[in-house]
Amino acid sequence: MTNNTNEPSSRKYLIDRPEVLESMKNGTFSTNPHATTVGVEFVSVARNKACLKVPYKDELVGNPETGVIHGGVIISLMDSVTGRAVLCSIPEIEAIATLDLRVDYMKPATIGKTIFASAECYKLTNSIAFVRGFAYQDNESDLVATCTATFMRAANQAPIKLAGV
Amino acid sequence: MDSKTDYFASVRASKDFEKAIDMIPYAKLLGIRFQENEEEGLLFHLPFHEKNIGNKRLPAIHGGVIGGFMESAAIIHLMWTMESAGMPKVVDFSLDYTSSGRAEDTYASCNIVKLGRRIANVQIQAWQSSRQKVIAVARSHFKLIIE
Repeated sequence: MTNNTNEPSSRKYLIDRPEVLESMKNGTFSTNPHATTVGVEFVSVARNKACLKVPYKDELVGNPETGVIHGGVIISLMDSVTGRAVLCSIPEIEAIATLDLRVDYMKPATIGKTIFASAECYKLTNSIAFVRGFAYQDNESDLVATCTATFMRAANQAPIKLAGV
Repeated sequence: MDSKTDYFASVRASKDFEKAIDMIPYAKLLGIRFQENEEEGLLFHLPFHEKNIGNKRLPAIHGGVIGGFMESAAIIHLMWTMESAGMPKVVDFSLDYTSSGRAEDTYASCNIVKLGRRIANVQIQAWQSSRQKVIAVARSHFKLIIE
């Protein structure tokens, strides 16, 4: 993943504020019971980037024949890490909502090993955030899954509300 | 003979929906249920549970739960519909969220668009209070394990 070298130096980042960075590291999942259910853990954040992990546990198995973790765990991990990358990209606190998420499964995750997922928000427009994510275990180049996601910004201030939708 | 798939064939024959879920730890963790309806086929049900919330303030069900529920539904739907020598393996999963999942029961149904020799293409819809108001739609490819 590369840094955007065309980035204006005036660009503001919410996570540049020490208290925001601290809250991202610590109380991250206090309002997110599902993250606790699955066992999502914080790894790191930086401008435009985030990394999370899920340690292996038996309850997450999707295929009882092989013991491989269910694809849904990767979806949860990808949704969380791409969303976090967006939070590491925006200038001020705002609500975001996932518009779509696509996961490509490269290979089954190795049984017993932690799955890491890192994501980068590579483009932020006034209304949309575009993110890529990667899941891996031992080695960042040996991918378990990739993901592409888009988020709506200021999801709590949507100006248009269609009747019946 | 140690084959969980044979076991799935037996739960399918006896229509033991609960036992089918018990076989898949992740589906059991989320609390997925399903039943067969003569008119509509298989209907998947995810009762609301506090542990599936992703955002307490809204509150909203975690997007990953909705996706995981839909992916599970597609796998079970395939295994329930066809003879398989193993669980279908997900190749890709593309999910559009049309509304946030409220703190309510969620439902899903699947449509096998194409059942090829090696690959199946499945569409999945999820909704809550009204079937007309979908909260997410997905399409997915699965590799079929056929001997």
